[in-house]
Formats: sequence, C-alpha cells, structure tokens
Amino acid sequence: MKPPLLDIQDLKLGFKGWTGYIEVLHGISLSIGPGERVALVGESGSGKSVTARIVLGLLQSLRSSRIGGKLLFDGIDLEALSEAERHRLRGTRMSMIFQDPTSSLNPVYRIGTQFIEVLRRAAPGLPRQAALDRAAEILAEVAIAEPQRVLQSYPFQLSGGMNQRVMIAMALANEPDLLIADEPGTALDVTVQAQTLDLMRRLVDQHNTAVLFISHNLGVVREFADRVYVIYKGRIVEHGPTQALFDDPRHAYTRALMAAAPRLTGGGIPDIVEDSQAYLAPMQDHTTGEARP
Amino acid sequence: MKRTLAILLANPLSLLGVVLVALVVLSAIFADVIAPFPEHRGAVVDFANFNKPPQWPYIMGTDLVGRDIFSRILYAYRISLVLGVVVLAIAVPIGVAIGLVAGYVGGWTEYALMRITDIFLSIPPLVLAMSIMGVLEPTLTNGMLAVTAMWWPWYARLVYNITRAEREEGYVLAAEVIGASPTHVMFREILPNCVPAIVTKMTLDLGFVILIASSLSFLGLGVQPPTPDLGSMVADGAKYLPDSWWLTVFPGLAILVAVFGFNLIGDALRDILGADQ
Repeated sequence: MKPPLLDIQDLKLGFKGWTGYIEVLHGISLSIGPGERVALVGESGSGKSVTARIVLGLLQSLRSSRIGGKLLFDGIDLEALSEAERHRLRGTRMSMIFQDPTSSLNPVYRIGTQFIEVLRRAAPGLPRQAALDRAAEILAEVAIAEPQRVLQSYPFQLSGGMNQRVMIAMALANEPDLLIADEPGTALDVTVQAQTLDLMRRLVDQHNTAVLFISHNLGVVREFADRVYVIYKGRIVEHGPTQALFDDPRHAYTRALMAAAPRLTGGGIPDIVEDSQAYLAPMQDHTTGEARP
Repeated sequence: MKRTLAILLANPLSLLGVVLVALVVLSAIFADVIAPFPEHRGAVVDFANFNKPPQWPYIMGTDLVGRDIFSRILYAYRISLVLGVVVLAIAVPIGVAIGLVAGYVGGWTEYALMRITDIFLSIPPLVLAMSIMGVLEPTLTNGMLAVTAMWWPWYARLVYNITRAEREEGYVLAAEVIGASPTHVMFREILPNCVPAIVTKMTLDLGFVILIASSLSFLGLGVQPPTPDLGSMVADGAKYLPDSWWLTVFPGLAILVAVFGFNLIGDALRDILGADQ
C-alpha cells in the first residue's frame, strides 16, 4: 500500500478558557491515501469540523488552543512547519469547500475577480486575461453553460447550486492533492446537492484528488466515500470500508446514527437514545477486525 | 454609482439635499467671482457703511466694521468645507484602520485599541476639542487637529462592529483557507463590505464637522479674525440681537443650509446603500 497522503495520529485538541482546560478531541487517528475519498461522519459538536481546521492549520494560531499528536501531510510533519510554510500549503496543495456556498463568496467582488485571486495563489503574477480564460475553462468543467456570464456576475446574482459549482471549481482550480469538504451543500436543497456531489465525485476522480468528506448525512456518505470514520464526542468509534460499515455496523453509536435517518417511506421521526453508555464503547475497526480501546 | 445618483435625484428630499450641497460647494469654489466685495474677507474697515441692514448692494447687510456679510459667508464656506474634508480625510483612515485591526485580530490588540477608543468617546467632544485648542494656539491647523482627534473614534467603533460581524462570514473563512494573509483579508475582503456604512457616515459627518468647527470658533477657539468663519460671525453678532439681526441670522442660516443639505444626502444614502449599522 502506498504511504498515506494525510496521516493523523492520536490527534488531541483542547481549549484553555477562563474555566480551565477542556479537551474536545481525545486522540483521533485517521489516514487518507492519495486519491482516496474518506468520510468523517458524526453529529454536531462531535469534532468533525475542528479536525478539518487543524489539518488546514487554522486552529494552531488560536492562542487558547492546545494541540497534541502527529499530523503528516505527504510525509511532512505539519506541526513542525512554520506558520509561513503552512500558509504556503493552503490553497495550493490543500483546499476546502464549505457548507454554504453563497456566503463563502465575497458579495462585493465579481466571481471573475475572486477566481483570479485563487489562481494567483498558485501562479503569482498570472496576467488577468490568462487567469480569466483559465477560470472559464474550469467553470466549463463543472458543467456551467455560460462561464463568461458567471464570471461577470456577483455571487448574489447566482443560485445556490451555481455558487456551489463555482466553489468546487475554485477549490479544484489549483489541482490540490487534498480537498476538505465540510458538509458541502448542506445549505442547498437535495436535488441540487445530488447534482453537485455527482459532479464533485467525477472531478476528484479525474484529477486524482484525495477528499476528506465531512458530513452528518449518511445517505450522501454512502454514495460518495470509499472509507468511513464515525466520530462521536471527539473519539473515532468505528472505521471501515463504506460497504462493510453500512452492511454491518458494529458500534452502538453507528447503529443509532443509521437508525436516526428519517425514511422516505414514512414511519415517523425515529426515537434516539440521547446519551447511551454504549456509545462510549471501544472503537470498532473493520480493517483490522478488532476492537481497540 | 449611476443608480445611486438616479435614486438621489428622484426623491424630493434628497434632491433638495443635493441642491443645497451643490449651492454651498459652488459658492465656496466660485467665491471670488460671486462675492460683490471679495476684499471684505480680510481686515477691511469701511465706517461709512457699518452695521447696515440688508439693502443694495449689501444683500445681507454689513457688519460692525462695514464689511459685506454675504461676501464673508461665501469665503467662510470655503474654509468650512476645506476643514470638513481635511478632518474626515485624516480621521476616517485612522478610525477605519483601528476598527479593522481590532475587530479582525482580536485578543489583546482588540482590548487595547477599543479601550483607547472608548476613552476618547467618553470625553464630551466639545470639551476634548476645547482642551486641545486651549493647550495649542487657536489656528486653523490646530482647529482641524482638535476636531480630528474627537472624530476618529466614531469610525473605529463603526468599522469594528461591522468587522466583528463580517469576520464570521463564510467568505472570510474561505479566504483564510485558500491562504489569504491577514492584511489581505482585512483590507481586500472585509473593508469593501464596510464601505457603504463609511460613505454614509462621512456624508452625514461633513455637516456635523462644519457645525462643530463653527461651535469652536463661536467660543473663540477656532479660526481667528479677520478670516471669515460662520461660527465667529454668529458670535460677534449675538451681542447686538435683536436690533442688528442680520449680523447673526444670515451666518446662522448659512450653517443651517450646509448641515441640512449634507444630512439629507446622508439619510438618503443610508436608505439606498442599506447601511443601517
């Protein structure tokens, strides 16, 4: 097996506040191979998004945060990098897509202007026209029929689905090795969400981009990911290839999570046990077949 | 921009504002051409025609040394406008920069900058300006300095509040994620979103700066004679009310016209640009 592109080992995160130290990630380990699509699933507040932000190096600069463990990106220890070196990775080798595409674009600039900035991250001093041509090319790739019109538009003039495509195009513009998608399209309606997910899957396949897909939507995860990590209260509780995990959920929390999805066929809103001791049971790993404390 | 102008001219109130401001600005620019007695802006004495009520050729009467009040008002506008523009040109960038940095960087920087701002805001503006003028010599330059010192905190507060709200927006995070530097995020991403509020406040403030500068010179702390100033003209004439009413009423009306005009435009801009912070 090839060495992983992103390797997180025993990552701990805590915040020091007025009331003392609060640990929110209790040592999570996670790895993503080159070109692999990995999902991180869990409920709100389980630590999905902070994990993503640590990988991008956005929490390290926060004075109150304490981070432990190892983060390897393509064999480089991210914690050993200086702020400037970490900064260089962002937007070029790593990129991110957010929940709400419309608010992720600055309302005062045209899409074209924002696109140029993204492209200049990787190629400083790229001439304006060349950048716009390249942007139009990439927009055509995300199935936008009139790239010129979109480049001329402000974000609020476009629909949410259109903005999501623009965001995907921008995120992939510099051919990053790793794309972090933090609940992409949660703010969009389901049909648009499905279209853009399909598009995103095609593109990352084409460009061989690894994806860390953060979501609470199991249906989406099942269709999109190769492998799944389930996270609960700052711990990974189950890990395995998507098929195996969905066919045979072994951890009590994973089962509860699956039961929680309302079904189209009716049956009311499922009953969920809020806080079960069973949720804190040791991790179930389908790849090694053993339970790890 | 074109749209903004069209809306400004369509509403009768804001149209009135535009007309008044245009009147003020044009009379300041063309004071030399319009004024019937341009030499009366200086120390001219004409005892033959002193303290005359409005009559031809003195349409607003003459003051106690025989100078034409209308001519002096035109030149006073010139000084008021220069003062207003210079004060805002210095105070706004300072206030905006402090507000942006405090709102975006946070932590101790925020505490330090915003508490200093609060200290300035807690001193009544006129008292602050008076104490500065009391220490320094009362000249036009020092007058501008004093008004500037009391003006920037309002912009710091305004921009700080907007920045605090905007930094939580998705596009700021998105910019940080693709590797934008803090300077880029502050000045290229957040600042453009503050511009409508800043422009609106500046338009409203031009009138108030003129008013404050006039108050200072009314108290004898601003522009010094013989340079014409609306505030000191009102002050000089006040002793002779109600008999020589033209000494105070016309300069007073001149202040009213300028402040009223800028306020009307400012209000209209606030509605158009939706800057209700």
